[in-house]
Amino acid sequence: MTGESAPPARRGLRARRGRPPWILLLPALVGIAFLALPLAGLLLRAPWTTMGARLTEPEVLSALWLSLSTATAATALSLLLGVPLAWLLARTGFPGRRLLRALVTVPLVIPPVVGGVALLLSLGRNGLIGRHLDAWFGLTLPFTTAAVVIAQVFVAMPFLVVSVEGALRGADRRYEEAAATLGADRTTVFARITLPAVLPGIGAGAALCWARALGEFGATITFAGNFPGTTQTMPLAVYMALQRDPEAAVVLSLILLLVSLAVLVGLRGRWA
Amino acid sequence: MPEPRPRPPRRTALLAAALLALTACSAGQDPRAEGTLTVLAAASLTDVFTALAGEFETRNPGTEVELAFAGSSALAAQINSGAPADVFASADTDTMALVADGAGLEPAWAAEHGAAGAVFATNTLRIAVPPGNPAEVADLASLADASVATALCAPEVPCGAATAAATDAAGVEITPVTLEEDVRAVLTKVALGEVDAGLVYATDIAAAGGAVEGIGFPGSAAAGNDYPVAVLAGTDTPDLAADWVDLLLSETGSGVLTDAGFGTP
Repeated sequence: MTGESAPPARRGLRARRGRPPWILLLPALVGIAFLALPLAGLLLRAPWTTMGARLTEPEVLSALWLSLSTATAATALSLLLGVPLAWLLARTGFPGRRLLRALVTVPLVIPPVVGGVALLLSLGRNGLIGRHLDAWFGLTLPFTTAAVVIAQVFVAMPFLVVSVEGALRGADRRYEEAAATLGADRTTVFARITLPAVLPGIGAGAALCWARALGEFGATITFAGNFPGTTQTMPLAVYMALQRDPEAAVVLSLILLLVSLAVLVGLRGRWA
Repeated sequence: MPEPRPRPPRRTALLAAALLALTACSAGQDPRAEGTLTVLAAASLTDVFTALAGEFETRNPGTEVELAFAGSSALAAQINSGAPADVFASADTDTMALVADGAGLEPAWAAEHGAAGAVFATNTLRIAVPPGNPAEVADLASLADASVATALCAPEVPCGAATAAATDAAGVEITPVTLEEDVRAVLTKVALGEVDAGLVYATDIAAAGGAVEGIGFPGSAAAGNDYPVAVLAGTDTPDLAADWVDLLLSETGSGVLTDAGFGTP
């Protein structure tokens, strides 16, 4: 609470009387070790000298590009659908809202491979809706880049919805009420008051969503299949490389890791 | 689905050395009459090994057989990273060689049966199509047609290597819509009707019941796979493990294998 705007002073205070209690510090350190250990394993195992050569391989580049572009598209789609959904859950009351919230978290709970099968059964060529898409428009989704994006949206959008809903619930509603009493309709209130107020929450949710989409494996390989250039994203390329050449798999994982960290840290810096 | 998480090579080497030392110690002890036998096997062996596990447990009272099935390559990677197992059965000889060179085979067993494992079954490829064959697939050449959506195994896994051998032998170039991570994934996509055809093993078609139809093609025997089995260096029950291999190579074993669509050497 004291000196939020003056970090040096705060650091001085902490050293004198604000040392973090052991009961919090100890589990936190164990937590850090637990998260960092697998990463250390990856870094130690990495054949760094071959990384440059791998980065110029066209297959690696196309998988990396496919991963970045589909994850970004999936995040955009999730924002378009997920922010209004979060608003619906946080700001309106209607029967079955609890059930809807549980439904939103279903993709978080079910194994992604099962999610992929569910997508095949609904949007596949013989699926509930997919059957008609095929018959009426000649449109088949599986094994296309669009299917990669759909699989990612299915798995990653709940992260965005949960984050944004939390931000909406935490936001001060008095400004919205004031705007409403001054005659603003609900759309104006949402666009001019609510949205700017929860922008950091939306940003955090979008970053979470993007990261989850980037790492998506199970639903993608099941629903979209695996073909270089169209549906083989980096996680799929890593899995395939692991079958024959574990060293290549480590390099590919690190490339994905470094690129995603660079993007996330870069965005974080801009929002802070 | 296991996310890739490789381990440092030095640790693997240490573990392999430790396991070798362990087996060297246990060689002098009395053979264990009972215990748990861990068998890792290629996904295509699921039904055969499950049936044989029951037979094995009846013949060796007090013994429990634990079976784990996955793509041969994934299993080989697990074994070479120190996964505890007594027996490994692979869908091709290349993958067995990876294990023989990595974590290693049980030395005494390998001296008797061969350093590359013992071949106990063969399998050939068939074209699998959804019931009714909607795309009217007739032979391997039909799959080269761009209007026939085809699923193949990825070249990195054994069934993909067999697929490449078959298409090369037939002089056919197929552009699949997807390269699946194992043969059962190809079968699933065919059974769901998401693709018009896929190349799978004869045994997979036998196991699928009526969910898919099988179409043979000339030269499929040339693209056959040899299935080797071996007792692993990491075993703590080498005698029990050797008994499992003997059962597999016996008449009982080949009977079960033949019923499932396998050929026997």
